[in-house]
Amino acid sequence: MSTLNSDVTNAVEIASSGGESFAIETFGLTRRFGDLTAANHVSLRVPYGSIFGLLGPNGAGKSTIIKMLTTLLEPSEGTASVAGFDIVKAPSQVRRRIGYVPQALSADGALTGYENLDLSAKLYGIARAERKQRIADALQFMGLTDFGRKLVKTFSGGMIRRLEIAQAMLHRPTVLFLDEPTIGLDPVARRSVWERLVELRANFHMTVLITTHGMDEAEELCDRLAIMHLGKIAAVGNPVDLKASVGPEATLDDVFVHYSGGTIQEEGNYRDVRATRRTASRLG
Amino acid sequence: MTYAQPGAQLAVSAEPSAVYSFFRETAAIAEIELKKLLRDPTEVLSRAVQPVLWIVIFGNVFSRVRAIPTGNVSYVAFMTPGILAQSVLFVAIFYGIAVIWERDLGIVHKMLVSPAHRSALVYGKAASAGFRGAIQATIIYIVAFLMRIPIRWTPLSILGVLFGAMLGSAIFATFSFIIACLVKSRERFMGVGQLMTMPLFFASNAIYPIAIMPHWLRVVAFLNPLTYLVDALRSLMIGPGQSSHSLFTNFGVIGVIFVILAAIATKLYPTLVR
Repeated sequence: MSTLNSDVTNAVEIASSGGESFAIETFGLTRRFGDLTAANHVSLRVPYGSIFGLLGPNGAGKSTIIKMLTTLLEPSEGTASVAGFDIVKAPSQVRRRIGYVPQALSADGALTGYENLDLSAKLYGIARAERKQRIADALQFMGLTDFGRKLVKTFSGGMIRRLEIAQAMLHRPTVLFLDEPTIGLDPVARRSVWERLVELRANFHMTVLITTHGMDEAEELCDRLAIMHLGKIAAVGNPVDLKASVGPEATLDDVFVHYSGGTIQEEGNYRDVRATRRTASRLG
Repeated sequence: MTYAQPGAQLAVSAEPSAVYSFFRETAAIAEIELKKLLRDPTEVLSRAVQPVLWIVIFGNVFSRVRAIPTGNVSYVAFMTPGILAQSVLFVAIFYGIAVIWERDLGIVHKMLVSPAHRSALVYGKAASAGFRGAIQATIIYIVAFLMRIPIRWTPLSILGVLFGAMLGSAIFATFSFIIACLVKSRERFMGVGQLMTMPLFFASNAIYPIAIMPHWLRVVAFLNPLTYLVDALRSLMIGPGQSSHSLFTNFGVIGVIFVILAAIATKLYPTLVR
């Protein structure tokens, strides 16, 4: 773990020493649904090549932020740039440069692993000549080479998640978004997902943004965190500094409680719970 | 180090023309739907039961009582194209359920985040609905053959019927897609779907001629796309004497409605994930 973290730090320093530009930059990003302000003037900067975590309880606004950054949702106010392009003015340029793994199951169980990847390759306009090689590489990278011809509904939860990540990285995106990437997975499967994400960043220099409400995931994987509470950013920093800011003996759990002013599962409504449990049961 | 270079790792090197990529994306969507259909044909087979019952039972009984004036054509022959159109409608109108299912999973999100044309995603779905229409037409032809129903068997008329069934299926599936985007939940969709099918079916010339309808129902039938589909199928399967519009008019109306519905569906598709 400690080696993993030092690699992370190096990468961030390299990335941020490069210049003023960021992989993701948001300016007062706001989204309202009727009376509810799901994201409230969020301003963030994510350096190229870093793994950034949006941490918060269900309903804190993490998914809303990720939906805006992936062009699924237009902001009510404010704007953001992803991979150098404005999400409102140039959404199709943004789409070419990002990969997205939604929280809910997005691989098609009635298709094989290969067919799922082939569909992504075609939708992302990867040339016919390159398609086969890309798919083979992605399967190998995700440790799924032997399962390319098998129907996805026979996969384990961890394999499905790895396949989804393979689909999202096939076109070598600049920024990879993952919404709760390890929700519903057992500890072994979680660890294998983390390892692939770290390798993805190392091998392809991808910037990775994840949402999570797992402290262990945030600590293990992310070199920077933003803690969200009620649609706002409550704190930003690297895990070490965040802990130090609360107290000498503080854990990330303490940091979380300190900044979000409550326990982990306090927020979130029936729909969140339903979606989360459904995903968990499908993957598990 | 090349970390901070947006676009440097972009996989899409040469930019293909928009038309080419539109067709490639449409074909990709249609292809996977076809694969899934062939992999699990139980649904298709179970869909064959209803039209068979209509023709065998309803058709035979009404042939015997001669309650519905169909000129010099037997009633069973008259209703056969109508039942094809009906089965195309009944299969396609519930297509939206699959879209809502894909939304409850993350499949719609994944599609919409990709740079693929949103219209291609809609047309791909419509094309896959077209396959189902062609399968329904094949089933009707098998029934017609076994029951020796006097319909035309020229290659051109069969091709025309297959095309009509595919286009009809594409229209109603796209209509269903639009409803799915509006209601967003399976329970509500089932209610609306049930509500739509019977009026569309009965306010058409599927099982009786427009001539015997009361005036107000004729107006509804005139506005009903199913009427034009039935009219086209009837003139192809039985003869132009049995239809009130030319094939050109019928296919023209159906085609224009399809393009309009597809445009609406393309606009609404992204709202599914909001």
